Amino acid sequence: MTRKNVWVASLATLVVIAMLLLFAGSPRVTANDQPPAANAAVKIDNFVFAPQTITVPVGATVTWTNSDDIPHTAVSTDGVFKSKVMDTDEKFSYTFTKAGTYSYYCSIHPKMTGKVVVK
Amino acid sequence: MPGKKQDFIDQQLQDLNNDGVDRRGFLKCMAWAGTGLAWTMSGGIPVSRAFAKSHGKDAGKGGDFSFVQISDSHIGFNKPANPDVTATLQTAINKINAMPHTPDFIIHTGDLSQLSKPSEFDTLDQALKGASAKQIYFVPGEHDMLSDNGEQYLERHGKGTKGTGYYSFDHKGVHFVGLVNVANLKAGGMGSLGHEQLEWLEGDLKGRSASTPIVLFAHIPLWTIHPDWGWGTDDSEQALAYVKRFGSVTVLNGHIHQIMQKVEGKVSFHTAMSTAFPQPAPGTAPSAGPMKVPADQLQRVLGITDVNYVVSGRSLAIVDSPLGDSASSASGNVGALGLVDSPLG
Repeated sequence: MTRKNVWVASLATLVVIAMLLLFAGSPRVTANDQPPAANAAVKIDNFVFAPQTITVPVGATVTWTNSDDIPHTAVSTDGVFKSKVMDTDEKFSYTFTKAGTYSYYCSIHPKMTGKVVVK
Repeated sequence: MPGKKQDFIDQQLQDLNNDGVDRRGFLKCMAWAGTGLAWTMSGGIPVSRAFAKSHGKDAGKGGDFSFVQISDSHIGFNKPANPDVTATLQTAINKINAMPHTPDFIIHTGDLSQLSKPSEFDTLDQALKGASAKQIYFVPGEHDMLSDNGEQYLERHGKGTKGTGYYSFDHKGVHFVGLVNVANLKAGGMGSLGHEQLEWLEGDLKGRSASTPIVLFAHIPLWTIHPDWGWGTDDSEQALAYVKRFGSVTVLNGHIHQIMQKVEGKVSFHTAMSTAFPQPAPGTAPSAGPMKVPADQLQRVLGITDVNYVVSGRSLAIVDSPLGDSASSASGNVGALGLVDSPLG
């Protein structure tokens, strides 16, 4: 390989890298326009889901924590998610990948209801 | 929040100290739950008299018999409201065993376990083996059907039952029906019997003479006590419509860990104390969660229910005894919290 060829090859490589960076960078710029997916917490205390309605972005993970002395569950009324039984201080997490309103309840104490709104 | 919880506990204790869940407390319950309903009660009558009578010279004659209801043992629960629920269950069993006459059988109205764990069911079974009455009838509570659709429960206690575990049997002329209102609960609702079970119940009662005394038992009350806490059964009215034509109906429930009674026409409703921990009176606390009382008060708010059926008097007497009583007091001073005499025909 001659000295000139090396220079051309180097230039070509730089151009390719620059183009790659440019194209790879485009979607990243778009992503940065939105806030990152926030994780959210729902506390179960005194037989109540708090907050009762929680709004999160698509991709967010919601974590329920049971602070009662009695076991509870968080079960989607449409069968989208279903926690195991959470005894005292136990947690359940679910990641919401689609926008929509998700109603849920405690299958042991069905008077306990809540909503996750995913936007 | 702890301060808030402490406040209502103090208030509850104050009520307890005012002569327990006594006549005064009972009248208070009545006033609260009695809206639009006909109540009868004998709260002012010394319960010991009825107790002595049913266990005295009249007992054992003809078709007379007694059985005991226990409820809400929550084996596996270990929180401050009662760190040793196995011990209090044992106390309840000791109390049954100390009765002058061995009851014909025991009915457990559910929440045998806290988390439907095999080890919890094992502990309960082991303890109940020591009871003087060998025949025990069960219905499940919501804690017994937590994660496996009740499979574990049905395998142990649901042999020969229908659907989610309901069944009926006859004993000395009385027809008993065990109902399940803790399965397939719907969001926002209370207890539920479901269409299939109601249909079965209608068929089960069909053709029986109206003079047959009926005893319905289920975990969640079959009458609405406190909707906000889910203390009722959404479709219980349908079940009660099927028993309307019978001359005497007794409904025994658990779930609310305290005594509530109501008589409506020919139907007597009764809820039993827990053997594990008390729960607050309806609406007196932020939630229905376990209520912590000082250790020396605990046995006053746990207990068993003794049901006596006396053919000669055509009456059925229900006596609730807190665990805190010594067996020797049975003949004179039971200290029971309430008593209902309902005519059987």
